[in-house]
Amino acid sequence: MTQTDAPLLSVDGLTKAYPGVVANDHVSFEIQPGEVHALLGENGAGKSTLVKMIYGLVRPDAGGMRWQGDAYTPDSPHAARGTGVAMVFQHFSLFDALNVAENVALGMENPPPMAELSTQILRVSMDYGLPLDPERLVGELSAGERQRVEIIRCLLQDPKLLIMDEPTSVLTPQEVAILFDTLRQLSKEGMAILYISHKLEEIRTLCDNATILRLGKVVDRCNPREKTARELAEMMVGKLLHSPERAGATPGEIILNVTGLTQASPRPFGVGLKNVRLSVRAGEVLGIGGVAGNGQDELLDVLSGEIRTVPGTIQFKGQTVGHLGPNARRALGLLAAPEERLGHAAAPDMSLTENAALTGTIREGLSDRGFIRWGAAREFAERIIERFDVRTPGPDTAARALSGGNLQKFVIGREVLQRPDLLVVNQPTWGVDASAAADIRQALLDLAAQGAAVIVISQDLDELMEICDQFAALNEGRLTPPRPTKGLTVEEIGLMMGGAHDMEVAHAV
Amino acid sequence: MIRLERRPTPSRLWAAATPILAVVLTMIAGGILFAILGKDPLEAIRTIFWDPLFNEQFASYSRPQLLVKAGPLILIAIGLSLGFRAGVWNIGAEGQYIIGAICGAAVGLAFYPMEARWMIFPLMVIAGGLGGLLWAMIPAILRTRFNTNEILVSLLLVYVAEQLLASMALGALRNPEGGGFPGSRNLQQYPSAANVELISGTGMHWGVAAAFIAVIVAYVLLTRHTLGFQARLLGQSPRAARFAGVSPNRLVLICMAISGGLAGLAGLFEVTGPAGQISIDFNSGYGFTAIIVAFLGRLHPIGILLAGLLMALTYIGGELAQFMLGLPSAAIQLFQGMLLFFLLAVDVLSNFRIRIGRREVA
Repeated sequence: MTQTDAPLLSVDGLTKAYPGVVANDHVSFEIQPGEVHALLGENGAGKSTLVKMIYGLVRPDAGGMRWQGDAYTPDSPHAARGTGVAMVFQHFSLFDALNVAENVALGMENPPPMAELSTQILRVSMDYGLPLDPERLVGELSAGERQRVEIIRCLLQDPKLLIMDEPTSVLTPQEVAILFDTLRQLSKEGMAILYISHKLEEIRTLCDNATILRLGKVVDRCNPREKTARELAEMMVGKLLHSPERAGATPGEIILNVTGLTQASPRPFGVGLKNVRLSVRAGEVLGIGGVAGNGQDELLDVLSGEIRTVPGTIQFKGQTVGHLGPNARRALGLLAAPEERLGHAAAPDMSLTENAALTGTIREGLSDRGFIRWGAAREFAERIIERFDVRTPGPDTAARALSGGNLQKFVIGREVLQRPDLLVVNQPTWGVDASAAADIRQALLDLAAQGAAVIVISQDLDELMEICDQFAALNEGRLTPPRPTKGLTVEEIGLMMGGAHDMEVAHAV
Repeated sequence: MIRLERRPTPSRLWAAATPILAVVLTMIAGGILFAILGKDPLEAIRTIFWDPLFNEQFASYSRPQLLVKAGPLILIAIGLSLGFRAGVWNIGAEGQYIIGAICGAAVGLAFYPMEARWMIFPLMVIAGGLGGLLWAMIPAILRTRFNTNEILVSLLLVYVAEQLLASMALGALRNPEGGGFPGSRNLQQYPSAANVELISGTGMHWGVAAAFIAVIVAYVLLTRHTLGFQARLLGQSPRAARFAGVSPNRLVLICMAISGGLAGLAGLFEVTGPAGQISIDFNSGYGFTAIIVAFLGRLHPIGILLAGLLMALTYIGGELAQFMLGLPSAAIQLFQGMLLFFLLAVDVLSNFRIRIGRREVA
């Protein structure tokens, strides 16, 4: 029997354990029609496992769910969709070589004929301000447009509950605004939305209710609009967070000067750098924003020396360094920490001692006539572990056994302790828990306060606004001129990120 | 239900235990094979692994043979292991071994019959090592310059080297006093060029000494030296290696040079010692078997030392089994091949653990 006053979905005591970890421990919450409900938690808090159970991808060990009062036990996504649950995944499942309509058809249970489907797509996209041409190839679409394909595919199923997993991680601020307008409209029409994120401001603007998960358990429920972002963060992390403090030193002389840097990407689908120009002063933090895949990796490689380029385009402390390799640049004081921790910044199967020697041999004097001083390397590793509070049994542990946050602290600590004159970091807090992220940001600010120049490449705009003095954005390999962070509005940042193209249309509709 | 679960850290215990497990599994599978061939499996295994060392009748001949066979295997495998760790796949050690032998022998024969051992033998050693090194530079340079696959190029160059060997044995290096038979003069009988037994009755010759030295040097290189660290780094995470300032091309050249040079040396010591002369069928597959030795020894110098001795034992024991039990020689090669096969198969245990039971719905 369907009760009209029952919640749309009620989750009661769901428990799911994996070997060595309880992903969900008696999780309960309810969601009403038309409600935008946030699932908030750090990486590894159990958000993904929970929605996978709702979407029929994972079966719970214990507990149950009710859909409009009736028992709900989906054994496959197919069954979940049949009930009225739709999900937009963080990583898109689209085929680049097919057009929009074909991709939508592939994800549907009973796709109508193509011509009819195209009309439906056009209608839905107009209704919800998600302009999309059904004939375009997905390979030509931006990340925001690809997400629209996924959303429209869900909407065509006429769901009652829409699950969105970290939907804004690939979007520019303008695209986020459009997405939120759409979600609000859907919610007004009675659709429930389960919104998964760890971005607090988004949840505060969009959601009616929030369920906060920590280590698999529900630790709190609240109306996010009544809380500050800081309060939400502390609920999520379970302890008081300190905001990064900046000493506010006056910038010194120019440390790095890049002019007219054009460099093709060595990777097949990489984005080359086009006429990049930037400079950083001692004691200054330059933030480089932009959506992933716009040349961030290439910029880091060119600055670290992994990609060598025309000598004169990079001047470091007045010296021409464009042609130098990573170790020669390290010797001069130019250090870097790449985005990918495992396999780039650190060798996964090697111990922390070996990983300390990975970049530390030159500045820490870890080698003697070609022979590595393992004793000294071990001491260096121990120093990093102690100074940066890396949670690990010891320096003999393999890098891959560390959690993301701990390994990142190790990687950043390794470079910071080498007293760089310039440190370039790419995505320093990606996939890192909030308290480790705060530590890392503080370490970068401390480094700048000691007179080093810091370049932070990140997609986390909040992070950049928090710690950077100057902001520039990368878009398709082009870097905007840096502007002081102070007084920069979200709109201006969005324009710098180049996210404005064809977005105005959406509002006009 | 049996599942494999990735270990957070590779198991050191299993890394050491898998070669032993592989040997045991090979013995079992080999036993079954011998039983199908109509031989008593226990007797066959005993003939291969036990008799060469402990049977009074054979031991006096086979014990020295152990070092004679193990010497080149270890010397070549040590060179290969450095490259294998770096992800540089020199499969053509057999060719470098042949070219080393030809070059070294050619230098020696050029001086014949002059007697000046202090000069001629060292010159031959240098020529042998250089010959193998230069032969290995062909796939190395093709890879660094044109990004060709060194596996393919080095392997195919083995067949080129074999043709060269045949032409040398029939042409340029043929013994002028040999009555038209193919094959060079016997270098064993030319005191200035002979690779003599250093301690009589042990099989210990200069090549074996070189193998032991290589083991020690490789151990120091791998555990203490930057080059060994860089090789391991490049093999495990190429991107992290570049970040650490490793030049992949430089390392490819170095690894190929070392493996080629050592293979060349092994060839030189063989042609001046146990083989004695350049002949059409001079090479006997040491260069290929050394690949098994390198992996069986976990690419670790001490492991390679032990694996080389074990593999030498299967050679000698295999010959003995052919002679005593009439086992076909192919059965012995199959036996050696199985060893590598089982090793690679059980290798999974060092990175994964087996979980039995516990069903998982995912």
